[in-house]
Amino acid sequence: MASDRLVTAEYKTIHDIAGPLVFVRKVKGVSYEEMVEVESADGKIRKGQIIELNEDLAVVQVFGTTHGLDVRECKVRFQGEVIKLGVSIGLLGRVLNGLGEPIDGGGNVFPEKELEVTGSPINPYTRDNPNDFIQTGISAIDGLNTLVRGQKLPIFSGSGLPGNELAAQIVRQAKVVGGEEFAIVFGAMGITRREASFFQHSFSATGALERVVFFMNLAEDPTVERLITPRCALTMAEFLAFEYDMQVLVILTDMTNYCEALREISAAREEVPGRRGYPGYMYTDLANIYERAGRIKGKKGSITQVPILTMPDDDITHPIADLTGYITEGQIVLSRPLHNKGVSPPIDVLPCLSRLMNQGIGDGKTREDHRGVADQLYAYYAEGVDLRRLVAIIGEEALSEEDQLYLKFADQFEENFLNQADENRDIEETLEIGWNLLSILPSSVIKRIKLEYIEKYYPGEVETPGEETEAEEAAEEEAEGGEEVEITADLE
Amino acid sequence: MIEGTITKVSGPVVEARGMAGSRMYDVTFVGELKLIGEIIRLAGDHAVVQVYEDTSGLEVGEVVTCSGHPLLLELGPGMLSSIYDGVQRRLPDLAERYGDFITRGTVSDPLGREAEWEFVPEVEPGRSVSAGDVLGHVQETKVIKHLVMVPPGKEGVIADIKGGTFKVEDVIAVTEDGVEFTLMQRWPAREPRPVQGKLDPVVPFITGTRTLDTFFPVAQGGYSIIPGGFGTGKTVTEQTLAKWAEADVVIYVGCGERGNEMTEVLSEFPTLEDVRSGLPLMERTILVANTSNMPVAAREASIYTGITMAEYYRDMGYDVAMMADSTSRWGEALREVSGRLEEMPGEEGYPAYLATRIADFYERCGRATCLGADGRTGSITVIGAVSPPGGDFSEPMTQNSLRISGAFWALDTGLAHRRHFPAISWLKSYSLYLDRVEEWYLENVAMDWKQVRDKAMMILQKEAELQEIVQLVGPDALPEFARAVLEVARMLREDYLQQFAFSEVDAFCEPRKQYQMLKVIITYYDVLQEVLVKGVSLKEALQVPFKAQISRMKDIPNEEAPERLEALEAEIQNELRKLIRY
Repeated sequence: MASDRLVTAEYKTIHDIAGPLVFVRKVKGVSYEEMVEVESADGKIRKGQIIELNEDLAVVQVFGTTHGLDVRECKVRFQGEVIKLGVSIGLLGRVLNGLGEPIDGGGNVFPEKELEVTGSPINPYTRDNPNDFIQTGISAIDGLNTLVRGQKLPIFSGSGLPGNELAAQIVRQAKVVGGEEFAIVFGAMGITRREASFFQHSFSATGALERVVFFMNLAEDPTVERLITPRCALTMAEFLAFEYDMQVLVILTDMTNYCEALREISAAREEVPGRRGYPGYMYTDLANIYERAGRIKGKKGSITQVPILTMPDDDITHPIADLTGYITEGQIVLSRPLHNKGVSPPIDVLPCLSRLMNQGIGDGKTREDHRGVADQLYAYYAEGVDLRRLVAIIGEEALSEEDQLYLKFADQFEENFLNQADENRDIEETLEIGWNLLSILPSSVIKRIKLEYIEKYYPGEVETPGEETEAEEAAEEEAEGGEEVEITADLE
Repeated sequence: MIEGTITKVSGPVVEARGMAGSRMYDVTFVGELKLIGEIIRLAGDHAVVQVYEDTSGLEVGEVVTCSGHPLLLELGPGMLSSIYDGVQRRLPDLAERYGDFITRGTVSDPLGREAEWEFVPEVEPGRSVSAGDVLGHVQETKVIKHLVMVPPGKEGVIADIKGGTFKVEDVIAVTEDGVEFTLMQRWPAREPRPVQGKLDPVVPFITGTRTLDTFFPVAQGGYSIIPGGFGTGKTVTEQTLAKWAEADVVIYVGCGERGNEMTEVLSEFPTLEDVRSGLPLMERTILVANTSNMPVAAREASIYTGITMAEYYRDMGYDVAMMADSTSRWGEALREVSGRLEEMPGEEGYPAYLATRIADFYERCGRATCLGADGRTGSITVIGAVSPPGGDFSEPMTQNSLRISGAFWALDTGLAHRRHFPAISWLKSYSLYLDRVEEWYLENVAMDWKQVRDKAMMILQKEAELQEIVQLVGPDALPEFARAVLEVARMLREDYLQQFAFSEVDAFCEPRKQYQMLKVIITYYDVLQEVLVKGVSLKEALQVPFKAQISRMKDIPNEEAPERLEALEAEIQNELRKLIRY
């Protein structure tokens, strides 16, 4: 293989240049995905990578612009190895560029190891089940869509929605039950300087800065570099988690920029496009990033991923959000109407999901009634939201008393449960707020919580189901029609 | 051995020259690392190879060796309770030899070479045997007796056969012509194993999930697809079926899905007991795990690896269920390789032969008379998850699968959002096996099974129509009988269709209990309509408190169900009728 080569050959045989791609002819003895240096006539050096080999032709994808490159004077040197990142514990607290080179003026760090950034898949057999509750202090997450250690849970944001703020809040507040602090690896792809400084300030304000490794690819930085940034970040995270036994939280923002870069390269390579021009292999490519989360049997460390993406036009079926949802273990979705109402964080819980929630909650982890409370809150809120639609047509007066309670529930749920701004709530508080909200409706309507927990936690008077009084029966019956509407919208 | 050299590398696709004499789908070893691949196109002495491992670091000029045979699987005792990757490498073995991460150029024998099995011969020397005949058996796990069969294409008169302890490669029998039989055999993954003949699917594949068994049953040997957007519960459904469905052997193929999901199966199955045998579920299960970040070409192969192993157990006369989660990822793997080959794309970039490939694969399931003199029968039922982009069912994978599937279980995002699980839409789903399995239900469950089922379906359909009116004019404008329909439909949805996959009692609901639960609700409906006609008001009728009892039917254990549900049904009839004033 190429890495055995001692001399680096220099080629001046560029045949053509298209977008970020440079086609070099008469190349011998180079290897697929090998790193390349391209030196233009003015001595400026750009890095690149071989993305296709065909006989003596090498297709090089250049990180950075191809401005000023020409076909006659330009020199191409093949480095003899695939792209690697020098990792070291000393990188904690440092700011690096998208390729992992320090840019904070702090000088170079002597690497403990040189690791290939593409990484290798974890053998499914050696994976350990993620089942430790992470308390984020945010009710909509802890209570309804619990994050567990080793999970990958993305935030689906929209332009102008506070996805980054939510991520920063998670970073500030996240802790496991043992109280252990997280090391944070932060991969920024194509974000603006404003966003970058927001994160830096938010971390330094809480003293988290020395636990953070920043990988910065800003909007003005080369697009192609974005493809490497998350891989560098995850290589760093794997090193910290599996060599230094650290609990690592990886924040990747913004995955939408990453996917745009992927599409740009794909178009430049004249590949057959898939949906909306994104390449057909985008699923595999994203999976190679997202799947680098988890725990390994016999190792103490873990990698938890919170990628952030901007849904173009708030469309959750857009390929970027869609493919992400298929790979990750759930999603936290932000909603514009809630944001406009002033709910902060504006998490729309209905489309949210945490697939690993059941493994991280319950007796001994959070509380025995957690699952039931979450299900019941969901059921009531869904009911209330549906009734709002009906109210728009027939008016609130036409609703039965019980239905009006559902409406009241939905409003208060948004106001008291979802809305919390910067407050850091522990899980007990979250569940308590949940129970208080549940007590808006009589306990006999609760269907999803075990009777013993209702008796233990329900704040009001508990009626035993089955012995309903006539009055309640009547009220319920009147309510029937209204409740029925709940599913119609989906059935059409 | 044919040896060529690499001329082109592009992702998982490698081209080599000097490959004259090699055949399509022959296994090749690429480069110094000996990465495994398959030949997918030949032109002159050029061969195009899809490589099952990451190709970074390959150079033009490196050597490519053709093995001269297609992708062969090893079939024999030791497969059950194993976990394999897409090309049948044992993952625990890889972990032991190469560490926690999957590296390249690794090898692992699919069947443990050192494991010893107690072979019990079932034929005498002097017997003439041919393909499929049983030579003897080993007890593979406590549940499964593994038949050692004459491989397809071989025959002869047994000269010597002996019982005792053997390893998989040891010769256990020899024919007079010197043909040797071992405990294991090899078979090309892409070739269907032969059978004597296919049979009609007439026995229902009991899943224990009410929506599926009652409304959209699939037959043993049939195949069903579950399409749904993300978060609608495809994987939970597949896992529930793998846990509870009535099958002798379950093959679970995690094709391009999450690593943590396979871990969940791996950690959960050994602790769960099979409802029928009472033994750990793992003893009847084989896992094939090719997660989304493992090489894409191996993902393409994993489906074939799974179905070939399923066929092998079918040949022993077992009813095998294969869960494929998700077939869309397999389709995408085809698309990716096709794109690299620069083939003319069909719809959405998928290759034009997508439909053919899907049909070829699904045609390998079915109920069949196996090879062998005893004429035993076995079946393979395939449940394929489909992950349509954006939850849009009009995309090629869903549509092409639909054309040949026998049952369609449509998952609905709206139902999932309100946590109605399983989120299978009763209005969009269908099953073509209904007529086929009806007879079984009439014989084994109840003579009026079909009427009760159809009536329940009618009520659900009617509800959808009534809801449109309610949306416009409000519920009060409906006549009483219509409001009774809404009332009962709600019961059907909440107390019958909803089923919690993780509940101890309710995860598996026996067909008899399913029928009785439904019968209770339908009886309630019939009597309700009857008393309404006789002048009782709906308000009055609903005051008779059955709602709570009906909603708790789910929690009645299977064994107590017959008695208690029968009593409830009688009570409903008596109590409600008391309201009638003569």
